[in-house]
Amino acid sequence: MDHHLILRVVSRLLIAPILLYGLYVQFHGDFGPGGGFQAGVIFAVAFILYGIVFGLSRLRIIFPDWVVHKLVALGLLLYAGTGVVSMFLGGNFLDYNLLASTPVGGQHLGIIVVELGVGITVFGVMVSIYYGFAGRAPRLDDKDW
Amino acid sequence: MELALTLFLFVALVATAIAMAFITRLFAVVILSGVFSLLSALLFITMDAVDVAFTEAAVGGGISSILMLGTIALTARTEMKQGKFSLIPLAVVFMTGSVLIYGTIDMPNFGSADTPAQQYVGLDYIKRTPKEIDVPNIVTAVLASYRGFDTLGEVAVVFTGGLGVILLISGLGRRRSRNRKER
Repeated sequence: MDHHLILRVVSRLLIAPILLYGLYVQFHGDFGPGGGFQAGVIFAVAFILYGIVFGLSRLRIIFPDWVVHKLVALGLLLYAGTGVVSMFLGGNFLDYNLLASTPVGGQHLGIIVVELGVGITVFGVMVSIYYGFAGRAPRLDDKDW
Repeated sequence: MELALTLFLFVALVATAIAMAFITRLFAVVILSGVFSLLSALLFITMDAVDVAFTEAAVGGGISSILMLGTIALTARTEMKQGKFSLIPLAVVFMTGSVLIYGTIDMPNFGSADTPAQQYVGLDYIKRTPKEIDVPNIVTAVLASYRGFDTLGEVAVVFTGGLGVILLISGLGRRRSRNRKER
């Protein structure tokens, strides 16, 4: 996409706000609409936009496959690990009440950690699906579409 | 006003769907499916289901369009020529549609307060969330705390799906064996 000057300039401007918005949706999920699922997708979109406009190979240098694949597992481990930690603190699996000194504080902490886990897994899965598809496709000319 | 908006959105939704059925250039079909998702996200907003609308816009309008584009880049850019016009699929679609519409006759009116969904657990969650969890978004409280187990299952489903895609199409195995050969 080297000749699409407008696309390159606009997406360069957009990527940082998209990442910021993804973080906002992630950590503001218990106050407004949103949460880990949406935030993971939005965060992945920023990377995919970079990959589409500036080339998959450049994206793979900053963000290699093995990192993405580890993230897919890391999110699920974070989620399930929260449950295990609450078990070791003497509660039930995924009982957040004991994670902090007060039950409400524990719930807040638990929800944030668990949503972060959701976000990381969704982000990793989206990016790795994109890698899987885009890595196999031959480069198409604009007219071929 | 709200009725007019809902009507407009539904008409636009149906028009998009009909256009998708008739266009043979798959690029246009994929873009129209993104339009379809955005329109249904707007419909969810008019029903005050902001979280669902958000997900629909991000996943349906954003990511799945990109993935469908990736797929047609791998396969073909135009739909295959159809044979002669046949009545059976049309009849099947009409029958399924009328059965679905018949099914909605029994459903309670939209937003009516005396439905099971508004009374038992739903009411309980709304009463308990301010005391027990104290987050303004009750959807998040239900999703991440009261129904944390379900969400763990959902994340596991996403994980498994991603794992399947990675194993099937990312070509890791091929790349590894090629590297081994080069060594």
